[in-house]
Amino acid sequence: MPERKEKYKKVAYYHGCALEGTAQPYNTSTRAIAKKLDLELVDIENWNCCGAMEVKNIDPEIQTYLSSRVMSLAHNGMGQDVVMAPCNGCYHNLKKAEYDIANSKKSRDVVKKISAKADHPVYEAGQVETIHALDWIKFGYGEEELKAKIKGGLKGLKVANYYGCMYTRPRHIFPEKDQGGDSESTSQPHYMDDLLEIAGAVNVEFPLKTACCGGAHTLSDSDTSTRLVLNILQAAEAAGADVIATECPTCHSGLEMHQIRALKRLSKETNVKIVYFTQLLGLALGLSARKVGIHENVSNSIPLLKSRKIA
Amino acid sequence: MAIHEKHLIRPENIKTHDNLVIDGVDVSGHWSTFIETRVVTDYNEQLEEEIAALPGGEYIHRCWQCGSCTNACTVNAINPEFNPRYWIYLIRMGMESELLRDKEIIWQCVSCNKCTYACPRDVFPEGVMKATAHWLEMKEHTAPSNSTIFDEEFTRQVVQTGKIEDGRILMNFLKNSKQPLFQDWLIEMVKQMVWNLPVKYLFGMGWATLFQPKTRSWAKTRAAIEEHIAEEKAAERAALGLDPVE
Repeated sequence: MPERKEKYKKVAYYHGCALEGTAQPYNTSTRAIAKKLDLELVDIENWNCCGAMEVKNIDPEIQTYLSSRVMSLAHNGMGQDVVMAPCNGCYHNLKKAEYDIANSKKSRDVVKKISAKADHPVYEAGQVETIHALDWIKFGYGEEELKAKIKGGLKGLKVANYYGCMYTRPRHIFPEKDQGGDSESTSQPHYMDDLLEIAGAVNVEFPLKTACCGGAHTLSDSDTSTRLVLNILQAAEAAGADVIATECPTCHSGLEMHQIRALKRLSKETNVKIVYFTQLLGLALGLSARKVGIHENVSNSIPLLKSRKIA
Repeated sequence: MAIHEKHLIRPENIKTHDNLVIDGVDVSGHWSTFIETRVVTDYNEQLEEEIAALPGGEYIHRCWQCGSCTNACTVNAINPEFNPRYWIYLIRMGMESELLRDKEIIWQCVSCNKCTYACPRDVFPEGVMKATAHWLEMKEHTAPSNSTIFDEEFTRQVVQTGKIEDGRILMNFLKNSKQPLFQDWLIEMVKQMVWNLPVKYLFGMGWATLFQPKTRSWAKTRAAIEEHIAEEKAAERAALGLDPVE
Protein backbone atom coordinates (compact mmCIF):
# COMPACT_ATOMS: atom_id res chain seq x y z
CA MET A 1 0.00 0.00 0.00
CA PRO A 2 1.82 3.13 -1.23
CA GLU A 3 -0.02 5.35 1.24
CA ARG A 4 1.34 3.43 4.23
CA LYS A 5 4.79 3.39 2.64
CA GLU A 6 4.85 7.14 2.81
CA LYS A 7 3.35 7.22 6.29
CA TYR A 8 5.71 4.70 7.89
CA LYS A 9 8.88 6.07 6.34
CA LYS A 10 9.48 8.24 9.39
CA VAL A 11 7.94 7.07 12.65
CA ALA A 12 8.13 7.88 16.34
CA TYR A 13 10.12 5.03 17.87
CA TYR A 14 8.89 3.77 21.24
CA HIS A 15 11.31 1.05 22.26
CA GLY A 16 10.25 0.97 25.94
CA CYS A 17 11.91 -0.40 29.08
CA ALA A 18 12.60 -4.00 28.02
CA LEU A 19 14.59 -2.97 24.95
CA GLU A 20 16.94 -1.02 27.21
CA GLY A 21 17.36 -4.04 29.49
CA THR A 22 17.02 -7.73 28.75
CA ALA A 23 15.94 -7.14 25.14
CA GLN A 24 18.86 -4.94 24.06
CA PRO A 25 19.54 -7.12 20.99
CA TYR A 26 15.99 -6.43 19.74
CA ASN A 27 16.74 -2.71 19.95
CA THR A 28 20.18 -3.08 18.36
CA SER A 29 18.84 -5.09 15.43
CA THR A 30 15.76 -2.90 14.87
CA ARG A 31 17.93 0.21 14.66
CA ALA A 32 20.41 -1.57 12.37
CA ILE A 33 17.59 -2.55 10.01
CA ALA A 34 16.21 0.99 9.99
CA LYS A 35 19.61 2.30 8.97
CA LYS A 36 20.04 -0.37 6.31
CA LEU A 37 16.59 0.22 4.82
CA ASP A 38 16.66 4.02 5.11
CA LEU A 39 13.65 4.12 7.39
CA GLU A 40 13.78 6.92 9.91
CA LEU A 41 13.23 6.21 13.61
CA VAL A 42 12.74 9.26 15.80
CA ASP A 43 13.10 8.45 19.50
CA ILE A 44 10.32 9.70 21.74
CA GLU A 45 11.89 12.29 24.00
CA ASN A 46 11.50 11.69 27.77
CA TRP A 47 9.22 8.67 27.38
CA ASN A 48 7.81 6.59 30.23
CA CYS A 49 6.81 2.95 30.78
CA CYS A 50 3.56 1.94 28.99
CA GLY A 51 2.28 0.45 32.27
CA ALA A 52 2.63 -3.15 31.13
CA MET A 53 0.41 -5.86 32.55
CA GLU A 54 1.61 -5.20 36.08
CA VAL A 55 0.25 -1.65 36.38
CA LYS A 56 -2.98 -2.76 34.66
CA ASN A 57 -3.41 -5.32 37.42
CA ILE A 58 -3.04 -2.64 40.10
CA ASP A 59 -5.12 0.04 38.31
CA PRO A 60 -6.22 -0.29 34.66
CA GLU A 61 -6.86 3.44 34.17
CA ILE A 62 -3.32 4.28 35.26
CA GLN A 63 -1.99 1.92 32.61
CA THR A 64 -4.19 3.71 30.08
CA TYR A 65 -2.89 7.07 31.27
CA LEU A 66 0.78 5.98 31.08
CA SER A 67 0.33 4.76 27.49
CA SER A 68 -1.61 7.91 26.60
CA ARG A 69 1.28 10.07 27.79
CA VAL A 70 3.59 8.31 25.31
CA MET A 71 1.13 8.85 22.47
CA SER A 72 0.65 12.46 23.52
CA LEU A 73 4.42 13.02 23.37
CA ALA A 74 4.52 11.60 19.85
CA HIS A 75 1.56 13.65 18.64
CA ASN A 76 1.89 16.92 20.54
CA GLY A 77 5.61 16.94 21.25
CA MET A 78 6.94 15.61 17.95
CA GLY A 79 4.11 16.07 15.47
CA GLN A 80 4.27 12.38 14.56
CA ASP A 81 1.16 10.45 13.61
CA VAL A 82 2.67 6.96 13.73
CA VAL A 83 4.23 5.28 16.78
CA MET A 84 6.23 2.13 16.13
CA ALA A 85 6.65 -0.23 19.10
CA PRO A 86 8.64 -3.45 18.57
CA CYS A 87 7.80 -4.73 22.07
CA ASN A 88 4.55 -6.69 22.12
CA GLY A 89 3.79 -5.38 25.60
CA CYS A 90 4.15 -1.72 24.60
CA TYR A 91 2.34 -2.31 21.31
CA HIS A 92 -0.50 -4.08 23.09
CA ASN A 93 -0.83 -1.41 25.78
CA LEU A 94 -0.84 1.53 23.40
CA LYS A 95 -3.52 -0.25 21.36
CA LYS A 96 -5.49 -1.00 24.51
CA ALA A 97 -5.23 2.61 25.68
CA GLU A 98 -6.37 3.79 22.24
CA TYR A 99 -9.43 1.52 22.46
CA ASP A 100 -10.25 2.48 26.05
CA ILE A 101 -9.90 6.21 25.43
CA ALA A 102 -12.17 5.93 22.41
CA ASN A 103 -14.76 3.77 24.17
CA SER A 104 -14.75 4.36 27.91
CA LYS A 105 -15.75 7.61 29.57
CA LYS A 106 -14.03 6.62 32.80
CA SER A 107 -10.73 6.11 30.95
CA ARG A 108 -11.09 9.46 29.20
CA ASP A 109 -11.86 11.23 32.46
CA VAL A 110 -8.86 9.74 34.27
CA VAL A 111 -6.52 10.52 31.38
CA LYS A 112 -7.81 14.07 31.26
CA LYS A 113 -7.53 14.57 35.01
CA ILE A 114 -3.99 13.24 35.36
CA SER A 115 -2.72 14.91 32.17
CA ALA A 116 -3.94 18.25 33.53
CA LYS A 117 -2.25 17.72 36.89
CA ALA A 118 0.94 16.53 35.17
CA ASP A 119 0.77 19.60 32.97
CA HIS A 120 0.90 18.14 29.46
CA PRO A 121 -1.57 18.01 26.55
CA VAL A 122 -4.28 15.35 26.80
CA TYR A 123 -4.11 12.53 24.28
CA GLU A 124 -7.29 12.22 22.23
CA ALA A 125 -8.32 9.02 20.46
CA GLY A 126 -7.16 8.82 16.85
CA GLN A 127 -4.24 11.24 17.12
CA VAL A 128 -1.67 8.55 16.45
CA GLU A 129 -1.61 5.13 14.85
CA THR A 130 0.35 2.51 16.80
CA ILE A 131 2.09 -0.12 14.70
CA HIS A 132 4.34 -3.09 15.39
CA ALA A 133 7.83 -3.52 13.94
CA LEU A 134 6.28 -6.17 11.68
CA ASP A 135 3.82 -3.64 10.13
CA TRP A 136 6.62 -1.12 9.86
CA ILE A 137 8.86 -3.33 7.70
CA LYS A 138 6.09 -5.08 5.76
CA PHE A 139 4.36 -1.87 4.72
CA GLY A 140 6.87 0.88 5.43
CA TYR A 141 9.55 -0.70 3.31
CA GLY A 142 7.46 -3.08 1.22
CA GLU A 143 7.81 -6.77 0.51
CA GLU A 144 8.88 -6.43 -3.12
CA GLU A 145 11.54 -3.90 -2.17
CA LEU A 146 12.72 -6.17 0.65
CA LYS A 147 13.05 -9.07 -1.78
CA ALA A 148 15.35 -6.98 -3.94
CA LYS A 149 17.42 -5.91 -0.96
CA ILE A 150 18.15 -9.39 0.50
CA LYS A 151 21.83 -10.14 0.39
CA GLY A 152 22.94 -13.62 1.33
CA GLY A 153 19.62 -14.56 2.81
CA LEU A 154 18.79 -17.19 5.40
CA LYS A 155 19.73 -20.11 3.13
CA GLY A 156 16.81 -22.35 4.00
CA LEU A 157 17.15 -21.97 7.78
CA LYS A 158 14.14 -23.68 9.35
CA VAL A 159 12.19 -21.20 11.43
CA ALA A 160 9.26 -21.58 13.82
CA ASN A 161 7.56 -18.19 14.01
CA TYR A 162 6.37 -17.45 17.52
CA TYR A 163 4.03 -14.47 18.06
CA GLY A 164 2.82 -15.03 21.63
CA CYS A 165 -0.31 -13.57 23.23
CA MET A 166 -0.20 -9.81 23.16
CA TYR A 167 0.16 -9.37 19.40
CA THR A 168 -3.32 -10.73 18.69
CA ARG A 169 -5.34 -10.91 21.92
CA PRO A 170 -7.82 -9.67 22.95
CA ARG A 171 -9.15 -9.14 19.47
CA HIS A 172 -11.18 -5.98 20.15
CA ILE A 173 -8.11 -3.78 20.63
CA PHE A 174 -6.91 -4.63 17.10
CA PRO A 175 -9.78 -3.42 14.89
CA GLU A 176 -7.52 -3.42 11.80
CA LYS A 177 -6.85 -7.17 12.06
CA ASP A 178 -8.99 -9.94 10.57
CA GLN A 179 -10.20 -7.57 7.84
CA GLY A 180 -9.26 -9.78 4.90
CA GLY A 181 -6.86 -8.71 2.15
CA ASP A 182 -3.38 -8.07 3.52
CA SER A 183 -4.56 -7.49 7.09
CA GLU A 184 -3.08 -9.58 9.89
CA SER A 185 -4.95 -12.63 11.16
CA THR A 186 -5.47 -13.00 14.91
CA SER A 187 -5.87 -16.77 14.76
CA GLN A 188 -3.12 -17.49 12.22
CA PRO A 189 -0.78 -14.48 12.26
CA HIS A 190 1.60 -14.51 9.28
CA TYR A 191 3.44 -11.18 8.97
CA MET A 192 6.65 -12.57 10.50
CA ASP A 193 6.34 -15.71 8.34
CA ASP A 194 5.95 -13.49 5.26
CA LEU A 195 9.03 -11.38 6.00
CA LEU A 196 11.29 -14.30 6.92
CA GLU A 197 10.21 -16.27 3.86
CA ILE A 198 11.28 -13.35 1.71
CA ALA A 199 14.56 -13.40 3.65
CA GLY A 200 15.14 -17.00 2.55
CA ALA A 201 13.91 -18.97 5.57
CA VAL A 202 11.78 -22.09 5.42
CA ASN A 203 8.88 -21.61 7.83
CA VAL A 204 7.97 -24.86 9.53
CA GLU A 205 4.40 -25.84 10.30
CA PHE A 206 4.21 -24.57 13.89
CA PRO A 207 0.93 -25.03 15.76
CA LEU A 208 1.89 -22.96 18.83
CA LYS A 209 2.36 -19.57 17.13
CA THR A 210 0.05 -17.80 19.56
CA ALA A 211 0.45 -20.10 22.56
CA CYS A 212 1.29 -18.50 25.89
CA CYS A 213 4.83 -18.64 27.33
CA GLY A 214 3.60 -17.78 30.83
CA GLY A 215 5.42 -14.47 30.58
CA ALA A 216 3.13 -12.77 33.08
CA HIS A 217 4.35 -15.17 35.77
CA THR A 218 7.80 -15.91 34.47
CA LEU A 219 9.21 -15.13 37.93
CA SER A 220 6.14 -15.27 40.15
CA ASP A 221 5.05 -18.78 39.08
CA SER A 222 8.17 -20.10 37.37
CA ASP A 223 7.20 -23.76 37.42
CA THR A 224 4.08 -23.08 35.34
CA SER A 225 6.06 -20.91 32.92
CA THR A 226 8.74 -23.58 32.54
CA ARG A 227 6.12 -26.14 31.57
CA LEU A 228 4.48 -23.77 29.08
CA VAL A 229 7.81 -22.83 27.50
CA LEU A 230 8.94 -26.44 27.33
CA ASN A 231 5.79 -27.22 25.32
CA ILE A 232 6.67 -24.48 22.85
CA LEU A 233 10.32 -25.50 22.54
CA GLN A 234 9.47 -29.17 22.07
CA ALA A 235 6.75 -28.38 19.51
CA ALA A 236 9.23 -26.28 17.53
CA GLU A 237 11.80 -29.08 17.59
CA ALA A 238 9.20 -31.65 16.60
CA ALA A 239 8.31 -29.42 13.65
CA GLY A 240 11.95 -29.50 12.60
CA ALA A 241 12.86 -25.91 13.44
CA ASP A 242 16.49 -24.79 13.80
CA VAL A 243 15.45 -21.55 15.45
CA ILE A 244 12.38 -19.91 16.98
CA ALA A 245 11.90 -16.38 15.68
CA THR A 246 10.42 -13.99 18.23
CA GLU A 247 8.92 -10.53 18.08
CA CYS A 248 8.28 -9.93 21.80
CA PRO A 249 10.91 -9.33 24.49
CA THR A 250 8.85 -11.04 27.20
CA CYS A 251 8.45 -14.18 25.08
CA HIS A 252 12.07 -14.07 24.00
CA SER A 253 13.60 -13.79 27.46
CA GLY A 254 11.00 -16.23 28.81
CA LEU A 255 11.97 -18.83 26.21
CA GLU A 256 15.66 -18.28 26.95
CA MET A 257 15.24 -18.41 30.71
CA HIS A 258 12.94 -21.42 30.85
CA GLN A 259 14.96 -23.39 28.30
CA ILE A 260 17.73 -23.28 30.89
CA ARG A 261 15.33 -23.81 33.79
CA ALA A 262 13.71 -26.84 32.11
CA LEU A 263 17.14 -28.42 31.85
CA LYS A 264 18.04 -27.58 35.45
CA ARG A 265 14.75 -28.45 37.14
CA LEU A 266 13.10 -31.03 34.84
CA SER A 267 16.18 -32.45 33.10
CA LYS A 268 14.54 -31.71 29.76
CA GLU A 269 17.04 -30.60 27.17
CA THR A 270 16.05 -28.69 24.04
CA ASN A 271 18.50 -27.27 21.52
CA VAL A 272 16.38 -25.05 19.31
CA LYS A 273 17.88 -21.52 19.28
CA ILE A 274 15.91 -18.37 20.05
CA VAL A 275 16.46 -15.32 17.85
CA TYR A 276 14.60 -12.03 17.31
CA PHE A 277 13.08 -11.81 13.83
CA THR A 278 14.86 -8.49 13.33
CA GLN A 279 18.19 -10.24 13.90
CA LEU A 280 17.40 -12.83 11.22
CA LEU A 281 16.21 -10.16 8.85
CA GLY A 282 19.35 -8.08 9.48
CA LEU A 283 21.60 -11.05 8.74
CA ALA A 284 19.66 -11.74 5.53
CA LEU A 285 20.22 -8.12 4.53
CA GLY A 286 23.96 -8.67 4.85
CA LEU A 287 24.51 -7.10 8.26
CA SER A 288 27.14 -8.72 10.48
CA ALA A 289 26.22 -10.87 13.50
CA ARG A 290 27.66 -8.18 15.75
CA LYS A 291 25.60 -5.42 14.10
CA VAL A 292 22.37 -7.29 14.90
CA GLY A 293 23.51 -8.16 18.42
CA ILE A 294 23.57 -11.97 18.12
CA HIS A 295 26.22 -12.07 20.85
CA GLU A 296 23.85 -10.21 23.20
CA ASN A 297 21.38 -13.15 23.24
CA VAL A 298 21.51 -15.69 26.04
CA SER A 299 20.60 -18.46 23.59
CA ASN A 300 23.81 -18.96 21.65
CA SER A 301 22.98 -19.33 17.96
CA ILE A 302 26.42 -18.27 16.69
CA PRO A 303 27.77 -21.80 15.93
CA LEU A 304 24.54 -22.72 14.11
CA LEU A 305 24.44 -19.54 12.03
CA LYS A 306 28.16 -19.85 11.23
CA SER A 307 27.84 -23.46 10.13
CA ARG A 308 25.03 -22.46 7.75
CA LYS A 309 27.12 -19.54 6.51
CA ILE A 310 24.39 -17.10 7.50
CA ALA A 311 26.53 -15.18 10.00
CA MET B 1 -24.70 -50.07 47.86
CA ALA B 2 -21.42 -49.57 46.14
CA ILE B 3 -21.10 -46.12 44.64
CA HIS B 4 -20.22 -46.12 40.98
CA GLU B 5 -18.25 -43.24 39.47
CA LYS B 6 -16.71 -42.35 42.81
CA HIS B 7 -14.37 -39.93 41.06
CA LEU B 8 -17.30 -37.54 40.68
CA ILE B 9 -17.54 -37.17 44.46
CA ARG B 10 -14.93 -35.53 46.63
CA PRO B 11 -13.22 -38.21 48.79
CA GLU B 12 -14.06 -36.37 52.04
CA ASN B 13 -17.77 -36.55 51.20
CA ILE B 14 -17.77 -40.35 50.91
CA LYS B 15 -18.51 -41.87 54.30
CA THR B 16 -17.84 -45.54 54.97
CA HIS B 17 -18.45 -47.36 58.25
CA ASP B 18 -17.09 -50.68 59.39
CA ASN B 19 -20.14 -51.36 61.50
CA LEU B 20 -23.39 -49.55 61.02
CA VAL B 21 -26.89 -50.23 62.19
CA ILE B 22 -29.75 -48.07 60.89
CA ASP B 23 -33.24 -48.51 62.34
CA GLY B 24 -32.21 -51.82 63.75
CA VAL B 25 -30.93 -53.10 60.41
CA ASP B 26 -27.27 -54.05 60.21
CA VAL B 27 -25.87 -52.39 57.06
CA SER B 28 -22.20 -53.16 57.70
CA GLY B 29 -19.97 -53.98 54.78
CA HIS B 30 -21.09 -53.42 51.22
CA TRP B 31 -24.10 -51.31 52.13
CA SER B 32 -22.43 -48.92 54.55
CA THR B 33 -21.05 -46.34 52.07
CA PHE B 34 -22.87 -43.04 51.90
CA ILE B 35 -22.45 -39.67 50.27
CA GLU B 36 -22.53 -36.74 52.68
CA THR B 37 -25.72 -34.75 52.18
CA ARG B 38 -24.88 -31.49 50.44
CA VAL B 39 -26.53 -28.51 52.08
CA VAL B 40 -25.37 -25.02 51.27
CA THR B 41 -26.26 -22.62 54.05
CA ASP B 42 -23.61 -19.94 53.67
CA TYR B 43 -24.53 -18.14 50.48
CA ASN B 44 -22.90 -14.74 50.10
CA GLU B 45 -25.53 -12.94 48.09
CA GLN B 46 -23.21 -9.96 47.60
CA LEU B 47 -20.42 -12.02 46.04
CA GLU B 48 -21.16 -11.22 42.40
CA GLU B 49 -21.57 -7.51 43.16
CA GLU B 50 -18.30 -7.47 45.10
CA ILE B 51 -16.36 -9.08 42.26
CA ALA B 52 -18.06 -6.74 39.76
CA ALA B 53 -16.91 -3.75 41.83
CA LEU B 54 -13.25 -4.62 41.28
CA PRO B 55 -11.36 -3.81 38.06
CA GLY B 56 -11.86 -6.56 35.48
CA GLY B 57 -14.93 -8.07 37.12
CA GLU B 58 -17.44 -5.63 35.61
CA TYR B 59 -18.97 -7.98 33.03
CA ILE B 60 -19.29 -11.18 35.03
CA HIS B 61 -23.10 -10.94 34.85
CA ARG B 62 -23.02 -11.63 31.11
CA CYS B 63 -21.79 -15.21 31.48
CA TRP B 64 -24.05 -17.97 30.20
CA GLN B 65 -21.77 -20.84 31.25
CA CYS B 66 -20.79 -22.15 27.83
CA GLY B 67 -17.33 -23.12 29.10
CA SER B 68 -15.40 -21.66 26.15
CA CYS B 69 -13.06 -19.93 28.62
CA THR B 70 -12.07 -23.11 30.43
CA ASN B 71 -11.79 -24.92 27.12
CA ALA B 72 -9.37 -22.30 25.79
CA CYS B 73 -7.49 -21.81 29.07
CA THR B 74 -3.69 -22.14 29.07
CA VAL B 75 -3.48 -22.95 32.78
CA ASN B 76 -6.37 -25.44 32.67
CA ALA B 77 -4.37 -27.47 30.15
CA ILE B 78 -1.70 -28.12 32.77
CA ASN B 79 -3.94 -28.08 35.86
CA PRO B 80 -7.54 -29.31 35.37
CA GLU B 81 -8.48 -27.79 38.76
CA PHE B 82 -8.03 -24.34 37.21
CA ASN B 83 -11.56 -23.76 35.95
CA PRO B 84 -12.68 -20.17 35.18
CA ARG B 85 -16.14 -21.27 34.00
CA TYR B 86 -16.82 -22.97 37.33
CA TRP B 87 -15.54 -20.06 39.42
CA ILE B 88 -17.73 -17.63 37.52
CA TYR B 89 -20.67 -19.95 38.26
CA LEU B 90 -19.83 -20.10 41.97
CA ILE B 91 -19.47 -16.32 42.20
CA ARG B 92 -22.79 -15.71 40.50
CA MET B 93 -24.48 -18.27 42.76
CA GLY B 94 -22.86 -16.74 45.84
CA MET B 95 -21.20 -20.00 46.81
CA GLU B 96 -18.30 -18.45 48.64
CA SER B 97 -17.09 -21.45 50.66
CA GLU B 98 -16.95 -23.56 47.52
CA LEU B 99 -14.93 -20.84 45.76
CA LEU B 100 -12.52 -20.67 48.69
CA ARG B 101 -11.50 -24.29 48.11
CA ASP B 102 -9.54 -23.06 45.07
CA LYS B 103 -8.23 -19.87 46.65
CA GLU B 104 -4.56 -20.87 46.32
CA ILE B 105 -4.63 -21.30 42.53
CA ILE B 106 -6.90 -18.56 41.15
CA TRP B 107 -4.01 -16.05 41.03
CA GLN B 108 -2.15 -18.35 38.62
CA CYS B 109 -4.05 -16.96 35.59
CA VAL B 110 -1.31 -16.02 33.09
CA SER B 111 -3.40 -13.30 31.37
CA CYS B 112 -2.92 -14.87 27.93
CA ASN B 113 -6.47 -13.74 27.09
CA LYS B 114 -7.36 -16.93 25.23
CA CYS B 115 -10.56 -16.97 27.32
CA THR B 116 -11.38 -13.40 26.33
CA TYR B 117 -10.74 -14.33 22.70
CA ALA B 118 -13.06 -17.34 22.92
CA CYS B 119 -15.85 -15.80 25.03
CA PRO B 120 -19.05 -15.25 23.01
CA ARG B 121 -20.50 -12.94 25.67
CA ASP B 122 -17.63 -10.48 26.28
CA VAL B 123 -17.34 -11.46 29.94
CA PHE B 124 -13.58 -10.76 29.82
CA PRO B 125 -12.82 -13.78 32.01
CA GLU B 126 -9.17 -12.73 32.34
CA GLY B 127 -10.36 -9.62 34.17
CA VAL B 128 -12.70 -11.70 36.33
CA MET B 129 -9.75 -13.91 37.35
CA LYS B 130 -7.75 -10.82 38.37
CA ALA B 131 -10.72 -9.34 40.24
CA THR B 132 -11.29 -12.64 42.06
CA ALA B 133 -7.62 -12.96 43.01
CA HIS B 134 -7.68 -9.40 44.37
CA TRP B 135 -10.94 -10.06 46.22
CA LEU B 136 -9.36 -13.09 47.95
CA GLU B 137 -6.44 -10.94 49.07
CA MET B 138 -8.52 -7.94 50.14
CA LYS B 139 -10.79 -10.18 52.21
CA GLU B 140 -7.63 -11.76 53.63
CA HIS B 141 -8.60 -15.25 52.54
CA THR B 142 -5.09 -15.48 51.07
CA ALA B 143 -1.78 -13.73 51.59
CA PRO B 144 -0.64 -11.53 48.69
CA SER B 145 0.34 -13.91 45.87
CA ASN B 146 3.70 -13.82 44.13
CA SER B 147 1.87 -12.25 41.22
CA THR B 148 0.67 -9.35 43.39
CA ILE B 149 4.10 -8.94 44.98
CA PHE B 150 5.57 -8.68 41.48
CA ASP B 151 2.88 -6.27 40.24
CA GLU B 152 3.38 -4.04 43.27
CA GLU B 153 7.15 -3.85 42.89
CA PHE B 154 6.80 -3.12 39.17
CA THR B 155 4.14 -0.47 39.72
CA ARG B 156 6.13 1.11 42.56
CA GLN B 157 9.08 1.65 40.20
CA VAL B 158 6.93 3.01 37.39
CA VAL B 159 5.06 5.40 39.66
CA GLN B 160 8.26 6.63 41.31
CA THR B 161 10.44 7.12 38.26
CA GLY B 162 8.31 6.64 35.13
CA LYS B 163 10.36 3.61 34.08
CA ILE B 164 11.45 0.19 35.26
CA GLU B 165 14.81 -1.49 35.30
CA ASP B 166 14.88 -5.29 34.79
CA GLY B 167 17.71 -6.10 37.18
CA ARG B 168 16.20 -4.11 40.03
CA ILE B 169 12.76 -5.69 39.48
CA LEU B 170 14.28 -9.17 39.61
CA MET B 171 16.30 -8.51 42.76
CA ASN B 172 13.52 -6.74 44.66
CA PHE B 173 10.94 -9.34 43.65
CA LEU B 174 13.07 -12.23 44.85
CA LYS B 175 13.70 -10.35 48.10
CA ASN B 176 10.03 -9.39 48.66
CA SER B 177 8.77 -12.89 47.87
CA LYS B 178 11.45 -14.35 50.20
CA GLN B 179 13.21 -16.37 47.53
CA PRO B 180 17.00 -16.81 47.34
CA LEU B 181 18.75 -14.52 44.88
CA PHE B 182 21.08 -17.28 43.73
CA GLN B 183 18.79 -19.48 41.66
CA ASP B 184 20.47 -22.26 39.67
CA TRP B 185 18.85 -21.17 36.39
CA LEU B 186 19.76 -17.54 37.01
CA ILE B 187 23.43 -18.35 37.58
CA GLU B 188 23.46 -20.46 34.40
CA MET B 189 21.74 -17.67 32.46
CA VAL B 190 24.21 -15.05 33.60
CA LYS B 191 27.08 -17.42 32.77
CA GLN B 192 25.81 -17.93 29.21
CA MET B 193 25.22 -14.23 28.74
CA VAL B 194 28.63 -13.16 30.03
CA TRP B 195 30.29 -15.73 27.79
CA ASN B 196 29.07 -13.96 24.67
CA LEU B 197 28.89 -10.34 25.74
CA PRO B 198 31.49 -7.69 25.19
CA VAL B 199 32.51 -5.87 28.36
CA LYS B 200 30.85 -2.59 27.41
CA TYR B 201 27.37 -4.14 27.57
CA LEU B 202 28.00 -5.59 31.00
CA PHE B 203 29.15 -2.19 32.09
CA GLY B 204 25.99 -0.64 30.64
CA MET B 205 23.74 -3.13 32.42
CA GLY B 206 25.53 -2.57 35.74
CA TRP B 207 25.19 1.16 35.20
CA ALA B 208 21.43 0.88 34.66
CA THR B 209 21.03 -1.18 37.82
CA LEU B 210 23.01 1.27 39.94
CA PHE B 211 21.60 4.44 38.43
CA GLN B 212 17.99 3.76 37.67
CA PRO B 213 16.64 5.16 34.39
CA LYS B 214 14.16 7.97 35.05
CA THR B 215 11.63 10.06 33.18
CA ARG B 216 12.47 13.74 33.74
CA SER B 217 10.09 16.22 35.44
CA TRP B 218 8.04 13.32 36.75
CA ALA B 219 7.17 14.67 40.23
CA LYS B 220 3.76 16.16 39.33
CA THR B 221 2.79 13.09 37.31
CA ARG B 222 3.84 10.84 40.16
CA ALA B 223 1.75 12.80 42.67
CA ALA B 224 -1.33 12.70 40.39
CA ILE B 225 -0.97 8.94 39.83
CA GLU B 226 -0.47 8.21 43.53
CA GLU B 227 -3.52 10.28 44.42
CA HIS B 228 -5.67 8.47 41.84
CA ILE B 229 -4.55 4.99 42.93
CA ALA B 230 -5.27 5.86 46.57
CA GLU B 231 -8.80 7.03 45.66
CA GLU B 232 -9.50 3.90 43.62
CA LYS B 233 -8.21 1.57 46.32
CA ALA B 234 -10.36 3.32 48.94
CA ALA B 235 -13.44 3.00 46.70
CA GLU B 236 -12.72 -0.70 46.16
CA ARG B 237 -12.40 -1.35 49.89
CA ALA B 238 -15.63 0.54 50.52
CA ALA B 239 -17.43 -1.56 47.87
CA LEU B 240 -16.35 -4.70 49.72
CA GLY B 241 -17.47 -3.29 53.06
CA LEU B 242 -13.91 -3.14 54.39
CA ASP B 243 -12.46 -0.47 56.66
CA PRO B 244 -10.15 2.06 55.03
CA VAL B 245 -6.44 1.25 55.26
CA GLU B 246 -4.38 3.52 57.48
